[in-house]
Parts: sequence; structure tokens; C-alpha cells
Amino acid sequence: MTRYAGNVAAIRALVRDQEVHRDVYVSEEVFQLEMAHMFPNSWVYVGHDSQVPNAGDYFSTTIGTQPVLLVRHTDGTVKVLHNRCPHKGTRITSETCGNTGKFFRCPYHAWSFRTDGSLLAIPLKKGYENTGFEQSHAASGMAPVRHVRNYRGFVFAKINDGGLDFEEFFGESLSSFDNMIDRSPVGQLKVAGGVLRYMHSCNWKMLVENQTDTCHPMVAHESSAGTVVEVWKKAPPGTKKPMAVEIIAPFMSPYEFFENMGIRIWDNGHGHTGVHHSIHSDYSAVPGYFEKMTAAYGEDRAKAILGENRHNTVYFPNIMIKGPIQLLRHFKPIAANKTLVESWTFQLVDAPDMLLERTLMYNRLINAPTSIVGHDDLEMYERAQEGLHSNGNEWVNLQRLYSPDEAEQTNVAINGTSEWPMRHQFRAWAKFMTMRM
Amino acid sequence: MSMLAEAPLKSAVPTDQELIDFVVREARLIDQQRFDEWLELYADDAFYWMPLEWNQTDPRLTCSLMYEDKLLLSIRVERLKGARTFSQKPKSRCHHVLQTPQVDSRDTAANRYVTWTPIHYVETRLDEQALYAAWVTHHLGVEDGKLRIKLKRVDLINCDAAFGNIQLFM
Repeated sequence: MTRYAGNVAAIRALVRDQEVHRDVYVSEEVFQLEMAHMFPNSWVYVGHDSQVPNAGDYFSTTIGTQPVLLVRHTDGTVKVLHNRCPHKGTRITSETCGNTGKFFRCPYHAWSFRTDGSLLAIPLKKGYENTGFEQSHAASGMAPVRHVRNYRGFVFAKINDGGLDFEEFFGESLSSFDNMIDRSPVGQLKVAGGVLRYMHSCNWKMLVENQTDTCHPMVAHESSAGTVVEVWKKAPPGTKKPMAVEIIAPFMSPYEFFENMGIRIWDNGHGHTGVHHSIHSDYSAVPGYFEKMTAAYGEDRAKAILGENRHNTVYFPNIMIKGPIQLLRHFKPIAANKTLVESWTFQLVDAPDMLLERTLMYNRLINAPTSIVGHDDLEMYERAQEGLHSNGNEWVNLQRLYSPDEAEQTNVAINGTSEWPMRHQFRAWAKFMTMRM
Repeated sequence: MSMLAEAPLKSAVPTDQELIDFVVREARLIDQQRFDEWLELYADDAFYWMPLEWNQTDPRLTCSLMYEDKLLLSIRVERLKGARTFSQKPKSRCHHVLQTPQVDSRDTAANRYVTWTPIHYVETRLDEQALYAAWVTHHLGVEDGKLRIKLKRVDLINCDAAFGNIQLFM
């Protein structure tokens, strides 16, 4: 039974000012429409260009559920191609990442393609003479994603034509990427340390909205962060606080901490928590780092860069970055009730290794499938995914600190416990779901 | 579920059989969820390491699934007892199947004994059950007449796969 396909009014009715219908999380049909409309209409994160430093380097990933690859073309630019042979559909890449040389070669029938996707050669080509092959879909090779933007190393792609251009889509929100990148004395990041991959039996949007949910840490993470605080209390006086305690204990900060940290709202569903401070504010200084930053930028600018402590910046639709610790989480949709969470980390080029060490410790303590903090969160998502099948109430409440005039406002800083970012994400969701429907 | 308490070593230098018995007993304490006793098997400067990469050599600048000192392990053990540890309501259970541990090296002078143990590990909660295969390397030393773990390294055969929750200990 289809209720939503082609039905703009039905899609829009799922999102109310203060609540959303459970079908946004549980309906397979809505999920398929997200893949067909919402993701192709949006600028979606693909990967980082340090993953493909040399010509012929590739990295395979997905936009929504569509397989794509990121490749360094012979001219030095990065391209995003649909990862299927135009002949029979065979996936072209053999490994998640590697080097293909000067061309891709399909392992099934040896069709080959330049690294911009264009068709290079087909064995026994004469078999296609006088067949009208030039007019076929296959003749144009591996289809490129036409709208690709490399923003200071971070590569985004938009599958559909039309809609918003890159600057319109992201607007002021790129300042969080700028701050993360500027934390390198040479303004450059490099993917480093490996990626944590964590399978979640829940809808991808539960993870996205959780990134700006500041009323859950002291509750859901009482088991993990609360235990850290309790165990640490028993340490002998004068014991140096370990990095791990510095990382986890702030999750137990009281409500006032989160209220006062603030939230900023940008256009198109983007926003960040931690306007004034965050759980990353009080990490110990890393020896030698500030000196390097001062040498590179001057003291005032170095202080301004490092003084930003943005907590989580959500880029609609499905990534979050933590500028202060150079971490990016990618919430990859698989099905209405299944999401792969990839947590990527970056090295600040020309900065002390201890920064990467801390970032990696954060990643494994918070974002690994073996993480006690991760266990706390996933338990809640899975319970919600299950509970939403109740017909007793078909709505999810997002009402906290609602203000009737908020939909018209943008680039504003608000109370840090507001659910405005979630309402804002769902307004963007309805917009990008229906803009070409 | 009863089990003999830890037997003291018969001499200052452990026999191969004592090393093997120790590794087997460690797994049994986990399966029986006797986590406080389990934690006592770890030296104060011990690490529990579960690499993320195949043949990983560096725990510091390459991410791991776990690289935890005794403080972090004790936090895990305390958390498992917590009244508000909802991911353990109901509790997980686990089950180890060990091949006979092999004694890879014995360095009496350095007080370092290394064993290698292929395992199958099953973790279950509610209706979900997951099977993992791994090689476990124990670096053991003698402290106060008892064997203690200095490093336990768990190499999953599919260390780079996407996993759901892994909540107990392999």
C-alpha cells in the first residue's frame, strides 16, 4: 500500500510545528522516498580528499543507499561516480579504497573507463556496430554525480539537478568546518586512525537528532559517565586526572551546563550545540600546540580559533562534526530500522600527535560498538524504534522551548536545551523530500 | 556455577600447564559473570586491547575497539552492576569456547609468558545472539606468587566489520 509516493500533502502532514508522525521513523515507504528524493535533493557528504591523495586513488561509499565512489582524476580534481558498470550493473571497485591506475576495469566483461567515468574501451567493440550503441545509457560510461563540491578537503555531492547550490545549502554553517580545519597550523586535515563502524537497529534520524539532544546525557549516560565520576572519586587525592576521565566525565554535567552552552540554528536543518562552551572546553592543554598555532596565525587569531568549543555541528541530512576534536560521524541509512554509523577521525597536519591520540581515545570510548556510552544510546534508539509501533500515540513530541515565530528565524543562538534543532531538521526534511515531488 | 578459587603457583616459575589453566580460568570467570574476581587477574598496569585493524601494531595513533587500562575495565565492571544500566536490562550472557592455549614464549628473566588461544565467543541478549571468532594473546607475569595479565590482546577475525553492541568481554 502506498500512502506517500507523489503525495506532497501527505508528506508535509508528517511534520507538525511541535511533533512528527512516527512514520518518519518506521515506514519503509517513507524511507524509500527519502532515498529517492530527500538525499538526491541535498548536498550529502561523500568523503575527504586526503583519502584519495594520488591520481587513480578511489574510495567507495554511499549517498543514501546508492553506491558511489570518490576518485582522484588524472587532472587532480576529485570526481564522484556511480559505482556500477553501465553494462550489467556490477560494482566496479574491488576494495573499499585503493588505486585503480589510469582507468577502471570492470571485472565481469572488461569494459574500461577513465577516472572521470567516460567509456574507454569495450572488448570486441565491433559487436556494437550498427546497434545504435552511441545512444544507449551504457555509451556514456560510469555516470558521474554532476554536482560535486570539494570544500577545503571535504567532498559533498548532490545527485539531482536544480535545488540549492552549495553555498545556499550550507550558508553560515560552513564556519564549523572552517574552525575544525583552521585548528591545523597549516590549515589542513588528513583522515587518520581508522574508521569505527557501528550497526544500529534504528532509523538514521534518531541518531541525527540525538546529536543536538542535550537533555539525555545526564540521564541515559548515568550508567557510563556517572560510573566514571563515581569511580574517579575514589582515586587517591592528587592523582592526575586521566585523559579518559576528562573525556567521559563531562557527559554528567548538570542541566544548567547544557542550558547555558547554547545552540545555534542555521538554514536548511544545520545547527550546532556549544555556542559558549561544551564538554570539550576543559581538556588539558597539549604541550607545544598553542605555540605552533601562534607561530602560524598570530596570538589573537590562534586564541580565537582555539576559543571556539562547538560541541556537535549537525549538517543536514546525515553527518555531525566535532571541530575541537576533529571527528566526523556519518549516519548511513540502510533501511527504515537500520543505520550504519561510521565515526571518522582527522589528524591536524603539523600539530602534535597527542591531539590525534586524544581524538582516537574519544572515538573508541564514545563511538565504538564496544563503547559503554554507545551502548547507553543504542539501547534508547532501539527501544524507540520498537515503541513507535504502538498505535496508542502515533506522534513524537519535539515541543521543548517551542516558539511560534521560530520557523522564520535563522542564524540565531538559543537556549542549549531547546528541541528547536530537531524541529528545524524536520522542516528541512519536509522541504527536501517534496521539492521535486 | 561453583569453581575452585585461584590456585597459587607451585613454584616461582609457572609451568606450561599453569599458564594454560590460568587462561581457561579467565574465560570461565567471564562466562560466570564473576567480574570482580576476573578483574583481580589483571596487573595494575595491565591493558586489554581489541584492535580495529588487521595486524595492528599501534594502539595509540590507530584506533582500536578497546584499549583499556585497569581503571577503565573497573568502570565497565561497576557499570554492569548499575541500577540504571539500561543496556543491561535484561543482562547479556556470554560463552567462550577455547582451543587449548599454546605457550608461545617463556621469558623467565623478564617475567613474561605469552600464550595464544583461538576462541569462539557467543554473546546473547534477549532474542539476539552473535558469534565472534578471535585469537587471544595473553602476556602474563608472576606477581606475589600469582599469575597476572599484563596485556590481553583480542584479534577478531573480522575486526574491521560493522558490529552491533559488544557489551561483555572476549
